[in-house]
Amino acid sequence: MSFQELRILHLYPELMNLYGDRGNLLALRARCRWHEVKPIITEAGPGDPVDFADLDLVVLGGGQDREQRLVARDLAGPLGCGLRAAVEEGLCVLAVCGSYQLLGNSYTTAGGETFPGAGIFDLATEPGLGRLVGHIAVAVGEEGRVLAGFENHAGRTFLGPGVTPLGRVIRGYGNNGRDGTEGAVCRNAFGTYLHGPVLPANPWFADHLLHLALERRYGMAGLRLLDDSLELGAHAAVLRESRIDARRRARERGRARREEQGTLPEKQEAI
Amino acid sequence: MLTLLRFRLAVIAAKLLVRLCRVVGRGGSSLPGRAALALSPEVLRRIAESCPGGAVLVTGTNGKTTTAAMIAGMLRRAGHRVIHNATGANLIYGIASAYLQDCDLRGRPRGDTGVLEVDEAAMPEAVRQLPVRAVVVTNFFRDQLDRFGELDHAVAKVGQGLSLLGDGGRALLNADDPLAAGLAGMARSVVYYGLEIEADGLERHPVREIRYCSRCEVPLAYEMVSYGHLGHWSCRECGGGRPPTEVSVLSSVPGSMDGDALLTVRTPWGVRQLRLPLPGIYNVYNALAAVACAEVLDLPWAAVEEGLRTFTASFGRMERLTFEGRQLLLVLVKNPAGFNEVIRTLLAQGDARDLLIAVNNRYADGTDVSWIWDVDFERLVAATGSLRVTVAGTRAEAMAVRLKYAGLDQTGLIVHPELGEALERAVARTPPGGRLYILPTYTAMLGIRETLRRHGRVGHYWEG
Repeated sequence: MSFQELRILHLYPELMNLYGDRGNLLALRARCRWHEVKPIITEAGPGDPVDFADLDLVVLGGGQDREQRLVARDLAGPLGCGLRAAVEEGLCVLAVCGSYQLLGNSYTTAGGETFPGAGIFDLATEPGLGRLVGHIAVAVGEEGRVLAGFENHAGRTFLGPGVTPLGRVIRGYGNNGRDGTEGAVCRNAFGTYLHGPVLPANPWFADHLLHLALERRYGMAGLRLLDDSLELGAHAAVLRESRIDARRRARERGRARREEQGTLPEKQEAI
Repeated sequence: MLTLLRFRLAVIAAKLLVRLCRVVGRGGSSLPGRAALALSPEVLRRIAESCPGGAVLVTGTNGKTTTAAMIAGMLRRAGHRVIHNATGANLIYGIASAYLQDCDLRGRPRGDTGVLEVDEAAMPEAVRQLPVRAVVVTNFFRDQLDRFGELDHAVAKVGQGLSLLGDGGRALLNADDPLAAGLAGMARSVVYYGLEIEADGLERHPVREIRYCSRCEVPLAYEMVSYGHLGHWSCRECGGGRPPTEVSVLSSVPGSMDGDALLTVRTPWGVRQLRLPLPGIYNVYNALAAVACAEVLDLPWAAVEEGLRTFTASFGRMERLTFEGRQLLLVLVKNPAGFNEVIRTLLAQGDARDLLIAVNNRYADGTDVSWIWDVDFERLVAATGSLRVTVAGTRAEAMAVRLKYAGLDQTGLIVHPELGEALERAVARTPPGGRLYILPTYTAMLGIRETLRRHGRVGHYWEG
């Protein structure tokens, strides 16, 4: 007999919902029920009043530049201040891709427009040449935990001293394709580039968020052991895809090198 | 002289490759065009410009194949010989292959009019190469975003194609889609088509592609939603909205898997009745786009009406087969909007008990499968009692998880990545005389058809 409940806010569901990121909400809702925790899910968009003191977990998804402009404008108002203060007090947050970028200090688009961020994560995102697309595997923490997902972003994110990376890239690009970091963590707030969506394919991470949120509200979590065999199968499939993508990139790099040396006259394009 | 030589050589090489591909059991719907264009960059332009009827292009996210097939059918009824990339090879190589297969050894086309479905990204190149009379733009939904980056990019590519149209080229735009209608400024001559029917209750799916005015960034208001973000839209801020239509559906009696839809359409020929042997509101849009195109092509009404009445779904677009005493219905699924409409059609049909869902993530399917989380499987699971679902394909596991979180009773769920065996298992689970709905992504459909072909149920895919 459980009386625990969790109040989960889906922030900007209509603007930031690219690549099936609503699956993160579906995963949290279902897993709450399986853990015999009652999920109370609400939504908020630009201009809506939000009482963060009443919330346990805030989830945001990815979006395109056009939607990001609207969200950046809203985050610059009272909602952004409220969210920043709540994170400082330990509120759990999961922000993916486009919203992860907007919770940093600034985001500059490929078109050269700079949006101010909510300043929750000490990081800045700049445009780069070409999109970083593919399946990605990330090592998290000391215990060999792995996150698997799909990334697709033009922005390159560079972390400042006030934030730690969520993990180290095993295969894929991560924050910027250069320094091997992926995502960011500040208190109980997590930012990541991983779509997939990330939670259904990484049930341990979904439960980690639920655990943090329950601990904060009730001082104890008491999650159950669930049968995650289907989820683990999907997780393994994403890891398999990340190996395929890594091999393809290695082949392309080899070809580019040979081209530079003039041993391969014509570039072959995939159909 | 040298260019002519290269042109002839390219044609002959392509012809040989078509033969060769068929001998080794491949369709050859792309490779011959690719080889010929490498030998002679002029080859497509030269063949196409000798077609007296010019070319019609069909682009957009959903409905390309069906709409193009409808237009081709109408043209044939009117006595034309059509050059058509019917197998869905819709990049520039596939288009070139269609022309090369039709022409003789000297590169003279036998067909008089081209009807080509064109990938959004290939639009600028297709318009540059072909003598385009009309471009039909169906709609824009999320589809293969890992390839296009973002939806706006696909829209921009089509807009770029429209801006390259010559004086004779007209754009036929779906007025109900704010993204398609928004391209009007890119073309010199525009015809709008859309639905003028009353909404029978607003359809609400959890995710829509665009709900914000592209100019004012305020939410669009809808008086009627037909599906996805299509409907009667307007912006309260700037007063912009859905343009008036030249060709429209005034009323429709929905079809089913077993009965025709009846449409009343307002056209330049007057208000007319049409029979359409396909279910689903998206096929109403496809038929309407084809009607609008037929008018631009000056076809007689009889050809339009007959072309639609006798239309047979092909190549996994509601394709019907019998196999081991069961009826199989093959329905291609490739993006959330299309999949949601398929679910709506299945539920209206009321006999969805046995399903085979096959999700591949090869290049042609899109390598990212996260889109399945934007499909409203919750609605399918909630509306049906017990479902027997077999999931297959390279990403069968992801599909299984999606259904688990949609609340599917897992006793009915079988995960079997290999397509041939999955098909056999799914058929065996379907009661004799029953109907198995097969919902594959593009390359999964090719795989399933290959299994059926080995059992003698369908021909090679290039045989239609």
